[in-house]
Amino acid sequence: MILGKRKKDKEVEIPSASLPDIVFLLLVFFLVTTSIDTEKGLDLVLPPPGNVEIKIPKKNLANMLVNAQGQVLLDGKEINIRDIARIIKQKIAENDKLVISLKTDADTDYQTYITVLDQLKKAGAKKISLAEPEK
Amino acid sequence: MKFQKKSKVNVSIPTASMPDIIFMLLIFFMVATVIRQYSGLKVDLPQAEKIQKVPGSKRHVVTLWADRNHRVVVDDIAIKKLTNLRSIMYQKLVNDPQLIVALKIDKRNKMGFVNKIHQELRKAGTLKVYYFAVPGGEF
Repeated sequence: MILGKRKKDKEVEIPSASLPDIVFLLLVFFLVTTSIDTEKGLDLVLPPPGNVEIKIPKKNLANMLVNAQGQVLLDGKEINIRDIARIIKQKIAENDKLVISLKTDADTDYQTYITVLDQLKKAGAKKISLAEPEK
Repeated sequence: MKFQKKSKVNVSIPTASMPDIIFMLLIFFMVATVIRQYSGLKVDLPQAEKIQKVPGSKRHVVTLWADRNHRVVVDDIAIKKLTNLRSIMYQKLVNDPQLIVALKIDKRNKMGFVNKIHQELRKAGTLKVYYFAVPGGEF
């Protein structure tokens, strides 16, 4: 007895003709969802918690005070905010261990603080220390 | 004189490698995409010149918004009391020790408020901060 015809060997293949279409769809999805943001900022490392006083020799320290009116006092001398970069650059050239201690008033504008920080970055100051604001 | 007739060149752009090219683009966008994104608060960023991109992956960046009404949002958590910021930031630091804080603070804020945020971040131990700013400056 013949038990039915022997099945032919079928060619089993996954159709790949639409593969580019699928990949295109995925690509479009990722293109739409991606937002390459170009936002940038000024980096700073905050001092560690606690009131640990680190003794810095006075000659390596530059005190910078910014008051509520946006005036800048550097080591007791009032300077223009736009001259900070130039003056600090000179000071760093003279003494590369210079630490800049930046102290602001509670009423100082944030924009002023960022401008001062920007000026310090421009001068190439790496050692910037934030001091507690005056109460 | 006989000019040799040029044989017709079959001009067609080969499309056999197109899927490969698209795959490459796909992989690039898959890697570059960070799905997690927060809307935050509307802030007017200050202006600065010497700004730079946050190095490394965006996965380590936690964004903190602080608007002029002294509202504070960290990623997707609204901070009701500023003293709660410490524990939230600490929790995030435990999850990711390489954490960087992106500070998006409105430029009209006063330093008294910013310093309070500083204090909380210091106590949490998240010391690496980036003050986000827009290019410009010179005032």
